[in-house]
Amino acid sequence: MAHRIWRYLIVLALLTAFGAHAAQEANLTIDTPAVAALRKGLRENFQQLRPLFESGAVGLTRDGNIALRDASAIPLAQRAQVNALIAQSNQDRAALYREIAIANGRPEWENEIRSTFAQRWIERARPGWYYQDTSGTWVKK
Amino acid sequence: MHDRGLSLVTAFLMTVVAGACVTINIYFPAAAAERAADRIIDEVYQLKPDAAKPKAGDATAPK
Repeated sequence: MAHRIWRYLIVLALLTAFGAHAAQEANLTIDTPAVAALRKGLRENFQQLRPLFESGAVGLTRDGNIALRDASAIPLAQRAQVNALIAQSNQDRAALYREIAIANGRPEWENEIRSTFAQRWIERARPGWYYQDTSGTWVKK
Repeated sequence: MHDRGLSLVTAFLMTVVAGACVTINIYFPAAAAERAADRIIDEVYQLKPDAAKPKAGDATAPK
């Protein structure tokens, strides 16, 4: 009886080992319809946000979002519209991180995907744009 | 009896190896995530060469 259990355990261990290695090296999937729609939305949204990044009114946060950094750089009449743009972008970003995790069968990766994006948004930002460092202080790139 | 002892040791080692591999598998693929992020970010920022504005006097730009 015990012998049979051990044999079963060995087979199980082998299968797990090979399965785990086979699943190792692939890329992350970002080509699902949900992710594609969010990429398009973010791209269009960003065309309107670009001047706000260039003026320093808006910056990249350390948690993968964007935020109003300097409200005084925006005329009062446009502030509501800018806040709506920021809210829309952050909503799309949250959905993007979640949908990439789901597309790869790992919903629990959402937070790690978010922190990867947080670093890369800042890394790829143009000189002159603002971002938050790890302590939350705004820094000009 | 020797056989059984060997099986026990083998099973133990295999479980350890499998456990290590599963840990690697569950571990977040940071490099793959960075590549995926860069693809999307360049597209959003429109940093791809084909999305860039053609420069004045660029000999390779189509007329």
